[in-house]
Amino acid sequence: MRRLLRLLVFIGFAFAAVAQADDLKQKILVADPFIELHTGPGRGYPIFHVVERGREVEIVKRRTDWYEVRTDQDVEGWVSRQQMAATLVPTGEPVDLQEPTRENYMSRRWQGGVMAGDFGGASLISAFGGYSFSDNLSVELTVNHILGEFSNGVSATLGLMHVFAPEWRLSPYFTMGTGIIYTDPKSTLVRSADRTDQVGYVGGGLQFYLTRRFMLRSEYRKNVIFTSRDNNEEVNEWKYLGFAFFF
Amino acid sequence: MEVSRLRLLFLTAVAATALQGCGLFSRGGDAAPEAVPASTPAAEAPQSAPNSAPNSGSAEAVTTGQPDTKPIIDPQVERRQIRRAQIDTEDFEIGAYYGILSIEDFESHAVYGGRLAYHLTEDFFIEATLGQTRAGRTSYETLSGSAELLTDDERDYTYYALSLGWNVLPGEVFIGKNRAYNTAFYVVAGIGSTNFAGDDRFTVSGGFGYRVLPTDWLAVHFDVRDHVYDIDLLGEKKIVNNLEAHLGLSVFF
Repeated sequence: MRRLLRLLVFIGFAFAAVAQADDLKQKILVADPFIELHTGPGRGYPIFHVVERGREVEIVKRRTDWYEVRTDQDVEGWVSRQQMAATLVPTGEPVDLQEPTRENYMSRRWQGGVMAGDFGGASLISAFGGYSFSDNLSVELTVNHILGEFSNGVSATLGLMHVFAPEWRLSPYFTMGTGIIYTDPKSTLVRSADRTDQVGYVGGGLQFYLTRRFMLRSEYRKNVIFTSRDNNEEVNEWKYLGFAFFF
Repeated sequence: MEVSRLRLLFLTAVAATALQGCGLFSRGGDAAPEAVPASTPAAEAPQSAPNSAPNSGSAEAVTTGQPDTKPIIDPQVERRQIRRAQIDTEDFEIGAYYGILSIEDFESHAVYGGRLAYHLTEDFFIEATLGQTRAGRTSYETLSGSAELLTDDERDYTYYALSLGWNVLPGEVFIGKNRAYNTAFYVVAGIGSTNFAGDDRFTVSGGFGYRVLPTDWLAVHFDVRDHVYDIDLLGEKKIVNNLEAHLGLSVFF
């Protein structure tokens, strides 16, 4: 754990250093009467400089909906996306801001996210990642952390997901799959052995396109845990709300 | 007999499919377009003849090896290099922190951890934190001398949290007359799990923080968090609040 943490931090800093070294900068022409340079990437930061129409500025970086630009006099400031959308590249075309839109939503391939909910009375934290074969059909890997009063568990499932109307903003979907579940009774209880079982599920949910590259999801699954006892266990799994992004 | 007939039918179907060379899966009409035939030297010869030699018999011109292969018009079009904007997007933030975490009944100890955040808009961000500390001894354990409530391993305290943050009060701070740094006061709330006393416990965490950016890509954080979970270690179930304060450093990438 400790070593992992250190490694993670180190990788992060190395990554950031590489990102800083990148000096391929895009130059743009100001096409609005003027653009306003703020001192920070936010609507409240004061405007301290303006660049007139016809002048060339360099895009340094982007943070959320704000672009840091550098003028030919080396003044650096932040410009909002609305103003940037009206500027041009040196060829005279509108600048491509690589804004993820509904079209990107339709052609998405990979998606991932987290959800929270209830697993047969226990709290549930869930992370998932998926790959789409077509507009409707995708394969999805889900890892659940189940935190109950009497036992904890971890499960990993692999399943297929079918989105009924991918072109709609709000679409229902159907899902089914299988995986394994590891159950670990709490240590304060009388010792009962931990166990690993196979689990199968069917379920459905709703997917809502929020904005840019983000989605909201809500899901229900009916799980059957194939125990080694006489009876299989059936568990209702509700994921009340989840946040997902695609790329 | 019935089975073997079915098998034969199946094998025939498989063979018919396979022999077509996966024709079932290919997208029709993918054949590469035929190349436009390049003009042969012979075709160019009459054009170049006036340039190369005034008295050339066409056959001789070829054999002397001096056909002028240069086209009459050599277009010097300067191609504009088109490339997509390479905009360096810095919405992610990664960092580490160090501080103090008070575990209810089990003393306070140094805590350290890592943090990954993604800024959705200028107002909201999501973050994942992973931290670790170690529990001390309860007053009861110290007073009684030898009664240990937890084993050595069970005193390791690790947690993770997935949170949503809101930059409530963005602003600037001024140091002297010529320096201004961007800042934000933010609140966060989230869910996660705490591994302590041998079990994972569902944990709700929340708190606030203050972020100062000395440069555009570096941030210094001061954070206060409360981690809340149920524990029944001492007989009956109770809610505990573990308060944490830490200083962190993070970079945007």
